Amino acid sequence: MTSVAASASSFLDQFTRAQQYLAASDAPWLARLRDEGISQFASAGVPTRQDEAWKFTDLHRVLRDTEFSIADNDETPSSTDVTELLPLDDGTTPRVIFVNGSFRPELSTPDRLPKNVTFESFRRKLAIEPAALQENLEGFFVPSSQPLLALNTAFMADGFLLHIGQAARVDVPIEIILVGGLSEGPVAYHPRNLIVLEDDSQATVLERHIGIGDDTYFTNSATEIRVGDSATLRHYSEQRENSQAVRVATVHSQVGHEATYETFELAMGGRLARREVSVRLAGRGAHCNISGAYLLRNRQHCDNTTVIEHKVPGTSCREVFKGAVDDHARSVFQGKILINRQAQQSDGHQMSKALLLAPTAEADMKPELEIYADDVRCSHGATTGRLDNEALYYLRSRGLAEPLARRLLIESFIKEALDEVSFDALRTAWVDEVASWLVRKDEAAA
Amino acid sequence: MLEITNLHAAIDGKEILRGFDLTIHAGEVHAIMGPNGSGKSTLAHILAGRDGYDITEGEVLYKGANLLDLSIEERALEGIFLAFQYPVEVPGVPNATFLREAVNSIRAHQGKDEFDAMEFLKWVRTKTKELDIPDEMLKRSVNAGFSGGEKKRNEILQMALLEPSFAVLDETDSGLDIDALKVVANGVNAFRSPERATLIITHYQRLLDYIVPDHVHVLANGKIQRSGDEGLAKELEKQGYSDYVETTATQDKAGASPA
Repeated sequence: MTSVAASASSFLDQFTRAQQYLAASDAPWLARLRDEGISQFASAGVPTRQDEAWKFTDLHRVLRDTEFSIADNDETPSSTDVTELLPLDDGTTPRVIFVNGSFRPELSTPDRLPKNVTFESFRRKLAIEPAALQENLEGFFVPSSQPLLALNTAFMADGFLLHIGQAARVDVPIEIILVGGLSEGPVAYHPRNLIVLEDDSQATVLERHIGIGDDTYFTNSATEIRVGDSATLRHYSEQRENSQAVRVATVHSQVGHEATYETFELAMGGRLARREVSVRLAGRGAHCNISGAYLLRNRQHCDNTTVIEHKVPGTSCREVFKGAVDDHARSVFQGKILINRQAQQSDGHQMSKALLLAPTAEADMKPELEIYADDVRCSHGATTGRLDNEALYYLRSRGLAEPLARRLLIESFIKEALDEVSFDALRTAWVDEVASWLVRKDEAAA
Repeated sequence: MLEITNLHAAIDGKEILRGFDLTIHAGEVHAIMGPNGSGKSTLAHILAGRDGYDITEGEVLYKGANLLDLSIEERALEGIFLAFQYPVEVPGVPNATFLREAVNSIRAHQGKDEFDAMEFLKWVRTKTKELDIPDEMLKRSVNAGFSGGEKKRNEILQMALLEPSFAVLDETDSGLDIDALKVVANGVNAFRSPERATLIITHYQRLLDYIVPDHVHVLANGKIQRSGDEGLAKELEKQGYSDYVETTATQDKAGASPA
């Protein structure tokens, strides 16, 4: 247990050292918030497998041997270096770009956002108008089971703030590109993001997490989302952190009356990655779809943890998670659906399926339904399996080489999850992405 | 084309084929008939290369080379085709994608250019028309939710597209109504040529009214008991298989699968 303390204490020391840097513009309320964050984190420590919520994901083990320094808000690497690493700019998609956790205005094009939609970086907002953030930051519900969120609160320095005005309809996806792995030595950063959709608005946000090289880094983000009445947010994430990255992403979303929150992450990167999405269905008719797909190899570890709380009647949720796990990789799914006593006529559907491609691969699943209302529909299923030998035989008997037959079967397996992505262009691109991941995997194995 | 000599095969230690002999020349259509559990489907899957069978004795030569050395897909590339008794459902893989991958695998093996999606669709439509297969069946997942008749027609479509040298039809007539049977028979008859050979495995004589075989064999207890011409099939239809079944032998289920 001493090593637990050691791991946590490295962040505590860092906090003491970082006071000056963080507190540069801190209002008293924010300084207090950071103190609360660090003391809550100090008492919990970095989660170990003794913590029920982290039973299958040993964050402590991957963090304990590395001393992470705080990512500085400097201008390295240079803009030209970064530009070469970015997906091609189509000239119309609004993009905001972060490198090692810091906003890079000279690379970003928030000016392409339609009117009634505003972007601001967390750091700048804090500098010019901290009071505007106070309500959101203080009101961010932090359960004691989320020490990483507490750690984020202590260190939060930058991130994206998106505000979608009332009745705004944003047709193009807003791209948030987050580049990691470009620092000198191991760094940690704790992005704090906020997405607010006012009533009757619609928007699509796509986060692209890109990890460069193979130096370790630790990204610990917290995103708060509020979807107003009759609003719709499609919130996507393409996760390609580098092979040594440690990533924890905590998302809290509150969904209003007749509103929809759809989120999907395609996870392919990282040494250890956990996405924890908590949704509160707070208005009658609120709906959420929390789904994802993962492709894991070598010793990758990917954890999807979800908590959906049906607070009021007539709310619905849907979850579809599917992934392929090869080599010594491991996937984790923990899905909790909580239907409160007053949330009658609620509807829940949860499905989680993992395909193990090697005898050494592992998948752990923990579906959890807590239902206190008596007039609800709730279904769930969690399975772990291998490729169907009969189907492989059939495809090969028509001349398909075994690797091709396997790829077709894996693709079709993953596609069932991708079908949850309602944004057509992205779904199509991700189907291709899955296919090329499988080809790369076969080439690497050959 | 195919020369099987003294073939012995077992599943989980239970011997299914016990000294099976059969020679098929190019241009010929052979029918193997037999009671349930006689080893008919085992023979079909051994030729296609399914895992799980122990070949304890004998050999199978295909175009003069040892067939049993080839992988499943190598056999297909060399022109062997098995129409499955129970075509496998592959949810999520569109039939058109599967058919194109199969055709292109074989074209690539033959050194021909692969079809792109448009070229393939054009070509496949000439075949689907002949077999009375609606376009919608190409868009659906491979065999998933297909009726029995649709599955069998999809098998014959694959045979028509892959243009094999040697086709094995395993109980292709089972579960077909008379119209579907005619469609399937037309497909097989169109496939007949001096360069190709066909082996029809069936329990009933019905299909042989439409596809007239050159040779008919009775398989029981793991080996050929009797051979003849089409007249033998008609005789079996009247008299049944009781003459060929050892009453004491416990019979394996038809289409026994390896564990």
